[in-house]
Amino acid sequence: MLRPRIIPCLLIHQGGLVKTVQFAAPKYVGDPLNAVLIFNEKEVDELIVADIDATALNREPDYKLIANLAGECRMPLCYCGGVKTPEQVERIVGLGVEKVAISSAALANPNLITEAARRVGSQSVVVVLDVKKVGLISKRYELFTHNGKRSTGIQPAAFARQAEALGAGEILVNSVDQDGTLKGYDVTLIDQVREAVNIPMTVLGGAGSHADISALINRYGSIGAAAGSLFVFKGKYRAVLIQYPERALKDQIASVFANH
Amino acid sequence: MVTLVDYGLGNIHAFHHIYTRLNLPVEIASNPEQLLRAEKIILPGVGAFDWAMTRLNESGLRETLDDLVLRQKVPVLGICVGMQMMANSSDEGSLPGLGWVDAVVKKLSMKTEASQQESNQLALPHMGWNDVVSNRESALLSGITAPRFYFLHSYYFVPGQTSQTLATTHYGVEFTSAAANEHIYGVQFHPEKSHSWGIQLLKNFAEL
Repeated sequence: MLRPRIIPCLLIHQGGLVKTVQFAAPKYVGDPLNAVLIFNEKEVDELIVADIDATALNREPDYKLIANLAGECRMPLCYCGGVKTPEQVERIVGLGVEKVAISSAALANPNLITEAARRVGSQSVVVVLDVKKVGLISKRYELFTHNGKRSTGIQPAAFARQAEALGAGEILVNSVDQDGTLKGYDVTLIDQVREAVNIPMTVLGGAGSHADISALINRYGSIGAAAGSLFVFKGKYRAVLIQYPERALKDQIASVFANH
Repeated sequence: MVTLVDYGLGNIHAFHHIYTRLNLPVEIASNPEQLLRAEKIILPGVGAFDWAMTRLNESGLRETLDDLVLRQKVPVLGICVGMQMMANSSDEGSLPGLGWVDAVVKKLSMKTEASQQESNQLALPHMGWNDVVSNRESALLSGITAPRFYFLHSYYFVPGQTSQTLATTHYGVEFTSAAANEHIYGVQFHPEKSHSWGIQLLKNFAEL
């Protein structure tokens, strides 16, 4: 049986790990390599590492750091941040990263998805959708780039459908509004994207408890349930503590999948 | 000594870290001289079939590798696309495979013999942790309880003879997730990214 994936998402800012709230106010939570070693011990299903400086500062991905992370990871790694060209995708896969996520560059040039998939295979090409609700009266979803600062006018479900047709292997839906709030996933948003595509999907933004993850799996079956705060903070004062459900508990959280 | 074939892709460093921590001798080979010292060979792989074949063909390692595997019978383990490359051909590409084993590579299909309900849910690529069920005793999979491994692929290895199949996995279809033909082994999943299950498998291969 293919299990749902429960995935910590780590953000890199100025060489350290941080956690944001609604894509702002980064709080330092530790060293990236050290976090990977802890997540190895905890047998996490997968890991997402996002460099939130690369696109914002218009710089290249940090290949040395990526190689170090990929070498240490005993679980699959998805890298995100500053990837603009098929050559960069190829180079990062060559460093031992299983999946490379592209976001703003895919919106600016959707053919990048096709070209990247042609070289490294669809299974390694992830398209990230950073989504915000916009509009004062009739709220609708729209894609944003540059850490949620730049609007694009593009609808997430429509772009997800296009990305799948162009050869994306996975869609990562990230709710900017829910980020760091621990209020649960935005299922209205996820419903829209899920209905639009048939490729695997991972969702991020808002998970505040194991119950949130269970509810997500119960609703969607084999999905990637990603979370940031939930796996790096503990308690209402948000003390930094890297945590992840142990195997038996994780299997229990995911067991609702058996009903699918 | 386990030798990792470095042709510019795959998780070379992940394998290296695991063997180093296990205190098992390991070496990365990026030229024929290094490769010639191999007692066991791991052929890793990530990415599209033709891309991987092109990288290997252009690496300068191909001739030595063929000689070690086909004539000197050095045990070899292909990982993911590395396993698929050992076949004759793949539906994913137009380049010929290594042809070390009688097998072809086909695409996982969403329209399968599986129940209609299940095939509706079947997304490609097959991505995530899945069960690996042994159908015969093998040193490669021994000592691994309730084996689950990480998969990331849309194509799968179809052996010419069922006797090659060591273990199967279910995703829409029942497919061969671990195979062996004498000293030639392949796994469709990523042991280097599969925690304790994968570490045990890599240890088993080193100790064959």
